[in-house]
Parts: sequence; structure tokens; C-alpha cells
Amino acid sequence: MEKGVKILVRDLNLHFGKNHVLKNVNVTIPEKKITVILGPSGCGKTTLMKTMNRLTDIYPDVKVSGNIFINDEDILNTQQDITILRQKMGLLSQRPYPLPMNIYNNVAYGLRISGRRKKRYLDKRIEHYLTMANLWDEVKDRLKESASRLSIGQQQRLCLARGLAVDPEIILADEPTSALDPISSQAIEEKFVELKKNYTIVLVTHILRQAKRIADHVVFMYLGEVIEQGPADQIFNHPRKRSQNRILKDCSISILHFAFCILQ
Amino acid sequence: MARFRIGRHLRSRIHLVWMVVSLMIILLLPFILGIGLYVKSILLLEEKSLWELLFSSDWRPLSGNFGFLSFAISSLWVTALSLLIAGPICLLTAIHLTHYAKKWVLQIMHPVIDILAGIPSVIFGVWGILVIVPFISRYVAPIFGIETSGYTILTGSIVLAVMIIPFILNIMIDVFKMIPDELKEASLSLGASKWQTIKLVVIRKAFPGIISAFGLGISRAFGETIAVLMVVGNVAKIPTGVFQAGYPLPALIANNYGEMLSIPMYDSALMLAALILFCVVLIFNFLSRILIMRSEKITN
Ligand SMILES: Nc1ncnc2c1ncn2[C@@H]1O[C@H](COP(=O)(O)OP(=O)(O)O)[C@@H](O)[C@H]1O
Ligand SMILES: [Mg+2]
Repeated sequence: MEKGVKILVRDLNLHFGKNHVLKNVNVTIPEKKITVILGPSGCGKTTLMKTMNRLTDIYPDVKVSGNIFINDEDILNTQQDITILRQKMGLLSQRPYPLPMNIYNNVAYGLRISGRRKKRYLDKRIEHYLTMANLWDEVKDRLKESASRLSIGQQQRLCLARGLAVDPEIILADEPTSALDPISSQAIEEKFVELKKNYTIVLVTHILRQAKRIADHVVFMYLGEVIEQGPADQIFNHPRKRSQNRILKDCSISILHFAFCILQ
Repeated sequence: MARFRIGRHLRSRIHLVWMVVSLMIILLLPFILGIGLYVKSILLLEEKSLWELLFSSDWRPLSGNFGFLSFAISSLWVTALSLLIAGPICLLTAIHLTHYAKKWVLQIMHPVIDILAGIPSVIFGVWGILVIVPFISRYVAPIFGIETSGYTILTGSIVLAVMIIPFILNIMIDVFKMIPDELKEASLSLGASKWQTIKLVVIRKAFPGIISAFGLGISRAFGETIAVLMVVGNVAKIPTGVFQAGYPLPALIANNYGEMLSIPMYDSALMLAALILFCVVLIFNFLSRILIMRSEKITN
């Protein structure tokens, strides 16, 4: 694998029953950058992300073929324990889903699962990750309260802290701001920009402006296919600098661009 | 023209009145039942305190002693034991169906559950007599060195467990289905295995729903009459073990009502038994409904 590449998706095809959801997807995700996957609803963004984490395993009628390399390991055809593999990736979903336990245990969950149970150690880690997610000051006096009592914005930050606690290398975030108010959204965006120093971030969104604000690298999807990808600067600012044999695809991108601009 | 309009107006008013009346009847039905039972049992209650009746096991109607304790305890035994049998089976089945089995298995299970739920109780009773009674007396009891006819608390509980399984299972399947996939994904993405996810997250999230499924099971089991009556032995004595005969409250009422009503107060005593039964079932139903509503609020 080339240097600076964290995730490499090769010829990925995925079927939900008879529904061909991902079609020959090839994606390169650079290390320690924010890669934004952009595309209209239903084009397979969430599915692509779940495949990277092997979460598609839990659906009974899914067929996957192709390769996904993470650190040179083909996670789709590996002997390695999937649970260890999943811990390399923190997941933020569209809406926050706090675990049905208190705030402290939400963050401690992943640590305990991987065998780290000492109270002193947990206390320190939990403060550390809650601080990292900008939540510590708001919850430090109510750690024993049920996580569902927090506001949606706080819950999403709790989910971030919970994901960071298992010490991942990659953060997968699926429209993490779509349920949040503008201020909470901005807080999360700023957090991502800060986190990319140490983490590879994959962010799904259908908000073009959000992509423009924080993307280093962009992947355009449409109806299950990747129709364009590259550095954000090139995609957003110099859309004409592309090779001639891509004219057809360029057309569809222009239509997409147009559609997005109208929607915003 | 005007007359026609009045006619139509009147007609729709009449329809509305009927609808409201039907609704009121249904809403009032439990109260009417309860009041009826109370009025009938008041004769006995005026003579003896409820406390006295509930905590005496002296059942000699001819001398005017109506102690309900052995019946109440029989009811408790049978209900608790049937729940102990049905509960874990339902829980494991529901988890398997919603998390491990292929979709078509669940599709087959639904009609099977409905059929089980629709079988008349007397058929379960016959099945109990033909299969469970000899099974208990020939194979199970001898293991513990006990000799019995097979008409025991345990027999009644097994038959009852089979009868309440469809109801508990149906609710539990719904409860587990209500749990969002994203919650399980969150747990998996943190490195939990599938079983850890089920144990630590799914069951915990489903807990209020599970409890309320048990609650509805209890209220059904407590009131079930014919099938239990056929296999439980019907001896008016406080049972001290599962291999003894019992005599639950519903069986008492069903066996005796209309037969020995010449004995003074007897019908009043049976009505009081019915009232007790009615209240217990009502309370359990009510509690489980509250829990269901609460669990729905949590999951949404
Ligand atoms: N669990 C599932 N079972 C069957 N089909 C699914 C499932 N999840 C997603 N799909 C289908 O896959 C397609 C892509 O969905 P998704 O990845 O959620 O799109 P996006 O995130 O881009 O909105 C949709 O057509 C959707 O119907
Ligand atoms: Mg999506």
C-alpha cells in the first residue's frame, strides 16, 4: 500500500438480498486527514462505512465481495478477530445512541470489554476522553446519571468520547451532525479538525457546505457508485481539470453539484 | 327537503349515541364486574374480616369456615412455577429468533405462536392428563424418591407454562425487535462480541419490556382455570412441595359453583374468591401496561 494511505477499498460490491447497493467501489482514504463521503440519500454512504467496520456482518442477507485494506490487512478476508479490528475504528452514527447505562459506564464500556477494569485507571481515562470530547465540565458532577438524560448534542459528544476511549486509529462518522443544532454541529466539526492530527477521519455527509468547510479529501457517490474522488481543493475549486475520457461522468457530477447547490 | 335533512341529522345522531353507548359499556365492564362480585361477597365480608379469610387455611364450608390460604398459596405456587419454566424458555427463544435465526424462521414462528395461543384450554388439559401426568408420576417423581399420582402442582405448572408461552413470547419478540440496530452497532464497534452486546446492551435495554411480558404472563397464568383444574389434583391443603396436589382459586370456583349453594354463605365465599382473583389479575395487568408504556418511551 502506498505511504500515507490508511484505507484502500478495492472492487467492493455489496448486495442486500437482490439489491445491488455498492457497485465496484474503489476508494483511497489518506491517513490523518478528513475524508468526506458525499452523495444524496440512499446512495450507499452508510453502507460503505459499515462495511469498513464489518458491521454489515450482522445483517443476515448481505453479500460482500472485494477487498478493504486497513494497514495492509484485508479486513474482508482476514483470520483476525473482528472485535479487535472494530476497536481500531470509532463509530459515530447519525443520531447518538448512548448505551443503556450511566455516563461513566458508557465511556468505560469499551475499556472494560478489552479487559481494563481497574477503577483508578478507568477514572483517569474517562476524565481524559470526556475532556477530549469537550464534555467533562458539563458532566463531571453527574457521571452516575443515565446517559439518556443528556441533551442530543451532549449525547453525540458522549458517543465520541466512548469511541475515542478504545483508542482507535480511525473515526468513522455517519452524518454525525444531522440531528444536532447549529452550535453543537459546529462544535463537532471543530473537534474533527482538531482530531485529524492523530486520527484518520471518514465523515459521511450530504451537506455540501459542511464538506467544503472541513474536507481534505472528497469521495463523491451516486447510486452506489463512486463517481469522483480526490483532494478537496481539486474537486471543489478546479472541477474542470480532469481528463477528457471522464466527460460523461463530469456531466453527472455537474448535475450533482447543481442539485446540491439548489438543496442548500 | 328540510324534513329529509332533519332525518339524516337525526340518524347520524342516533348512530353517534349508539357508538358512545357501546364504548361506555366496554369501558364500564370491568367496574360492573368488580362491583357485582363485591356486592355478592359482602355477606361474608360482614361476618369475617378479609384478613381472617385470607390467612386461614381452615376450609370447612359446612361449619362456616372459609379460609382461602391454601387456595391462594396453590395459586401462587402454580403461577410462580409456570413462570419460572416459561420465562427462561421465552427469553432465550426470543433472543434466538430476533438475533440469530434466519428471517424465515421468525416468519414460520409467528403463525405457530398464534395457533398455540388459540388452542382451547381444555385441549391443553387433556394433553396434560395424557402426557404430563403419567410422565411426572412414572419418571420425574421417582428420581426424587417420591410416589405420586402425577396430579401435582408441578404438572399444573408445566401445562400452564405451555399455555402462557405464546403470550410471553409474542411480547418479547416485539420488545427485542424494537431495539434499534444502531445501538447494537455502537456496542459492536466498541469491540464487544455479539453475545456481549446482547448480554450487556440488548437485554438491559429490553429489561422493562421483559418484565412487563412476565407481568402479562402472570396475570394470564393466575386466572387460567380449566386446564390447571384438570391436572393439579384439587386438594384443599397448603402444598409444601411441587409434587403435592394443589387447589388454585380459579379451580375452586369452577369446581364448586352451582353445586353446593345450599350451604349458607358458600356462594358468597366463592364470589369473594372471584373478587380476589379479579383484583390480582387487574393489578398485574395494570402494572405491566405501565411498564410497557415506560419501556416504549425509553426505546424511542
Ligand atoms: N439493512 C438493510 N437491509 C436492506 N437494504 C438496506 C439496508 N440498509 C440499507 N439498505 C439499502 O441500501 C441502500 C443504501 O442505503 P444507505 O447506505 O443507508 O444510503 P445513504 O447512507 O447514502 O443514505 C438503500 O437503497 C437502502 O434501501
Ligand atoms: Mg445514511
